[in-house]
Amino acid sequence: MTRLLRTMTLGWKLHFKQESRNPFFLWIVVCTPVIYATMAYFLFQGGQKQATLVAAAVGSAMMGIWSLTTTAAAAALQRQRRLGILELLVASPTPFWATFLPITLAIATIGIYSLGTGLLYVRLLFGVPVSVDDWLAFVVAVPPTILSIGMLGFLMGSAFVRFRAAWMVGNLFEFPVWTICGFLIPLALLPGWVAPIAWVLAPTWGMNALRNAALGTSAWPDIAMCTLLSIVYAVLGGLLLKAFLRMARERATLGLT
Amino acid sequence: MTTVVEAVDLRRTYRTTTGTFRRGSVEVEAVRGISFEIQEGELFGLLGPNGAGKTTTIKMLITLLIPTSGTARVLGHDVVEDAKWVRQHIGYVFGGDRGLYERLSALDNLRYFAELYGVDPKVQRQRIHELLELVGLSGREKERVEGYSRGMRQRLHIARGILHDPPVVFLDEPSIGVDPVGARELRSMIAGLRDAGKTVLLTTHYMFEADELCDRIAVVAHGQILAEGTPRDLKQGVAEGTVVEIEVYGIDETALAGVRAIAGVTGVTIEERDQAQVIVVQTATGAEVTQAIMARLDGVRLGRVTTREPTLEDAYVALVTDHGPAGLA
Repeated sequence: MTRLLRTMTLGWKLHFKQESRNPFFLWIVVCTPVIYATMAYFLFQGGQKQATLVAAAVGSAMMGIWSLTTTAAAAALQRQRRLGILELLVASPTPFWATFLPITLAIATIGIYSLGTGLLYVRLLFGVPVSVDDWLAFVVAVPPTILSIGMLGFLMGSAFVRFRAAWMVGNLFEFPVWTICGFLIPLALLPGWVAPIAWVLAPTWGMNALRNAALGTSAWPDIAMCTLLSIVYAVLGGLLLKAFLRMARERATLGLT
Repeated sequence: MTTVVEAVDLRRTYRTTTGTFRRGSVEVEAVRGISFEIQEGELFGLLGPNGAGKTTTIKMLITLLIPTSGTARVLGHDVVEDAKWVRQHIGYVFGGDRGLYERLSALDNLRYFAELYGVDPKVQRQRIHELLELVGLSGREKERVEGYSRGMRQRLHIARGILHDPPVVFLDEPSIGVDPVGARELRSMIAGLRDAGKTVLLTTHYMFEADELCDRIAVVAHGQILAEGTPRDLKQGVAEGTVVEIEVYGIDETALAGVRAIAGVTGVTIEERDQAQVIVVQTATGAEVTQAIMARLDGVRLGRVTTREPTLEDAYVALVTDHGPAGLA
């Protein structure tokens, strides 16, 4: 177990390093939140409530992180497939979930740039002070929220191993997830039938936690729910990955040669 | 001698889709019943043209592909049922630019794979240092791989493949695209693996590489083994006598058929070289056929005529073009 943890930590660190050096990724994480934050600012400025504006900035940052996880994680995996690295990772004796999970987590972590960019941007350009009523809950909520996005990426990404074209499906999930999870618009404003879907998506709870911490209402139940769902995703993702990996070995979809 | 790698009637079929609107599927038999054994400490070559099934065979042996039928065992362990054990005890290296984290340094690449293969952290640093020395990358290990030449990448690949000191190493066309000096260094490294007591399976389509390195070779084409033996066996099996090469300028099939019909001629192939063609005639031991060939080529404009000893390439060309014996195994 210690060895697995060490392998995963190093995997996360090196993938973070590898992908942080990708100019395309940095473009997505730095520019996307700026565009989203601009939209969010003008959408919410009528309310003139600073906490709402901060929540909108956080939401736009989450949109950036999610965009990165769906598009970039899929692209990273596709690139690893093209470069033959995917086969080498599978051919190693380390269980593949322990190799794959750090990749999606590393990419979600790069999204921290998004959070920083989003908050800094609304502060500097629109003069919105970063006022958070419950800083402790806010800071505590950030890691599980990013983890939840990474885990959702892991769950979806298991399909990328089996299906070469699954990265396109990843792109299709970009807009629905940020809408349903209430990154930009609070869930209460969406039609009632959306709610059950949103409840099973861990980032919804993470976003609620961040918004509630900013507004000064209790964020702890949301943090707990976000963490719990992330664990469920990890288990489900691990099982799916095992099945998809077996299928990939049967149908020769691990490599492109 | 202990059998280290054993393949029994291995088969692998791929299903590919065709068409855009009216989709269909086609089954391609990449490997069609391959069987062989590799003994401990042996350097065994799989030699064959592109698409012969060499890489598919290797991928089944290293657990990346599940065979459609047949079995394969490495060190007595089934590659499907006991994949994790097999992975722990083998190394895999393939050729070309791929298989490395480009934006990471060589050191980071090796550190990560050392972890993935469970190399003890206490010996990791020392082991990586030794391997960097062995492959001649000491002093360059902190540079990003994206700045490496193909030869350097290939040497790094070899270091990565043997980080965990596996007893069995699979090398899939390791010298492909490497310049002559780099390829010579690689061959020396591969010979060093055998000298270190490792069992090596090498796939290549470079004849001289197989001839120089391999203890035994299996020639593969169309997913089947056409012949198996030592390089010397293969050469002798196809052309026991000498090889006559005749440079010609324009030759028709009738004249070629005439050459094939000469007693003592065991095989005839034709190669295009610039403006000319070269007829390569393999002869039986003791047969003196040069005069007879000249007589059959009467009226054809001739260039240089040479006689030489048969090479592995002659054997290979004869085998894969169905001009040689069906197999020696």
